[in-house]
Amino acid sequence: MNQNFTFFLWDCLQYFINGISQGSLYALVALGYTMVYGIIRLVNFAHGEFLMIGAMCGYYVLRANLPMPVAIVAAMLSAGILAVIVERLVYRPIRKSGRVPALITAIGTSLFFEYSGQLVFGADPKTIPPFITEKIYNYGEVNVSNIQLCIFIITMLVLLFLWWLTKFTKIGKAMRATSYNLQAAELMGINTNKIISFTFFLGAAIAGLGGMLMGYTMSVEPLMGLNLGIKAFVAAVVGGIGVIPGAALGGFIIGIAENMVAGLYKSSYRDGVSFLLLILILLLKPSGILGKNVKEKV
Amino acid sequence: MDYYLQILLIVGIFITLTLSLNLINGFCGQFSLGHAGFWGAGAYASAVYSVFFALPVAAPINMAIACIVGFLAASLCGIIIGVPCLRLKGDYLAIATLGFGEIVRIIIMNTELVGGPRGFINIPHWANIYWVYAVALLTIAFMLNLKRTTYGRAIISIREDEIAAENMGVNLFRYKLFSFIVGAGIAGIAGALFAHTQQFLHPSNFNFMWSVIILVMVILGGQGSVTGSVTGAVLLTIFPEVLRFIGGHASDWRMPIYSVLLIVLMLARPEGIFGSHEFSSQKGKR
Repeated sequence: MNQNFTFFLWDCLQYFINGISQGSLYALVALGYTMVYGIIRLVNFAHGEFLMIGAMCGYYVLRANLPMPVAIVAAMLSAGILAVIVERLVYRPIRKSGRVPALITAIGTSLFFEYSGQLVFGADPKTIPPFITEKIYNYGEVNVSNIQLCIFIITMLVLLFLWWLTKFTKIGKAMRATSYNLQAAELMGINTNKIISFTFFLGAAIAGLGGMLMGYTMSVEPLMGLNLGIKAFVAAVVGGIGVIPGAALGGFIIGIAENMVAGLYKSSYRDGVSFLLLILILLLKPSGILGKNVKEKV
Repeated sequence: MDYYLQILLIVGIFITLTLSLNLINGFCGQFSLGHAGFWGAGAYASAVYSVFFALPVAAPINMAIACIVGFLAASLCGIIIGVPCLRLKGDYLAIATLGFGEIVRIIIMNTELVGGPRGFINIPHWANIYWVYAVALLTIAFMLNLKRTTYGRAIISIREDEIAAENMGVNLFRYKLFSFIVGAGIAGIAGALFAHTQQFLHPSNFNFMWSVIILVMVILGGQGSVTGSVTGAVLLTIFPEVLRFIGGHASDWRMPIYSVLLIVLMLARPEGIFGSHEFSSQKGKR
C-alpha cells in the first residue's frame, strides 16, 4: 500500500477519535435541549447559558481549593437550580402564549445571562484544569488520552442513566406521558408543572457536567454558551429532536464531521459542515435520524 | 453630530430589514431565523460590484445598480434556500434558515476576495441618509399596499391557516416562495445601503445574533403590522443607546436591562406592541 495513503488512514482514525470525544460533549449539551423540546416544544436558547453558569460556579469552587468532585456537583446543582428558577419565572407564564413569544423570551433570557455574565464574571476566559491527570496512550500512529476516554464513558453512563430513568421509574413514566400529551397527562393526575421543572433541572444539570468536562479543551467564558448551544441544538435536530438517544447520536455525528473537516480540509469550515449536515438532514428526513414522522391533522 | 447621524442611518436600515423580515415572518407566517444571511449576501454582493466592477457613471446611478445587485444576489439566495426548505414547517424551517444564514457567513469568511475574516474595506461612500430613508419609505409604501393586493391577501391567508388556504385554491409554494424572494431581496437592498454607508463590512456583522435581533424587532412590534415593524426597529435600536447616556450603572448594565425589558414585554404583550393592527387615522372608517 502507498505510504501516504496509510498515513491518511491513520489521520482519519485520529480525527475520528477526537470527534467522538468532542461529540460526547455536544451530546451532553444536546440531551438537555432534546428533553425540554420533547416535553414542552420549546427551543430553549438559554440552555448554553445554563452550562456557562454551571461551569463558572465549578471554576470558583475549584478556586476555593475544594476537590474536583465537589466542583462538579456544584456545577450541576447550580445549573439545575438556575434552570428551575428561570422556568418558574419566565417560561411558565409565557407557555400559554404560543411558541413564537416563548422562543423570543428564551432568546431574551439567553442574552440576559450572557451580558450579565460578562459583568459579573468578567469577559476574560477561565480555564478549568482536567479532572484527572492526563495520560496519552499510543496505538500505532494514533494518540488517545485517558481524558477523552473518560468523557466518552461518562456520556455513555449519563445516557444509560437517562434510559433507566425514563423507562423504569415513576417520574420517568410521568415525563413520557407529559411529552406525549400534556393535557391528557394532567387529567390523569400528573403534576405536569413539577415534571417540567424536573426536566429542566435534569437537562441543565447534565449541561453543567458537560461544562466542567469541557474545561480542558476550551476555556470558560460568558459568551461560550451561544456557539456551543447552537451546535448542540444542531446535534439534537440531526439526531431527531425530542428523542434522547437521537441527541447522543447527533452529537457524535456533528463532532466527528467537524473534526474530519477541520483536520483533512480547512479548520475555518468547521462550523459550516455542521450546518450543512443540518440542512441535508432536514431536507431528507425533517424529523431527524431517529425521529418519528408526525402527520398533520386538520 | 456624526454619532447621531450614524444612529439615524442604522435606524433607517433596520426599518427596511425589519419590514422585509415581516413579509416572511409576519405576513406569510414562515419562521425565518437566517435573515442576516440575506442581508449579508446583499451587502457583500453589492460591495463586490462597487469595488471590482463599478461602471464609470455618476455615484447615484452606481448606487442604484449596487442596490439592484444586492437585491438580485439576496433573492437568488432566497430561491436557493426557499425551493428546498419551504416544505418544512414551523421550528424546522426556522432551524434550516438558521443553518443557511450561518453557512452564508462562513462562506464569506473563507473568501479571500472579499477580505475573509479581516473584513471588506475600501467600499465607496455612495449612499447617505437620504438614500437610506428613501428606501425605507418605499418599503413601507410597498408593504402597506401589498396587504391589499391579491398577492398580499393570499400570503396572509397562508399565515392564518395553510390547509384552509390551500383548499381555497391558494398555491402555497408559489406564494411562500414569492414572500421569501421579495423579503430576501429587500434585505439585500438594506445590505447594499449598509455597505455603502459604513464603507466596511465584517462577517461578524451578519451572524446568528443579528438574525435574532431583526426577528425580535418584528415580534416586538407585532407580526404582520407595518407600523409595528417600524416601531420595533426604532425602539430597539435607540433604546440601548439611550441607556448608554444615562451613565453609571445603567450604561454598564444596558444589555442586561435591554434583555429583561424584552422578556417583560413578551410576558405582558405576547402579540407585540401593535399585534397585527396598523396605526392609522382612518380607524373604524374602512
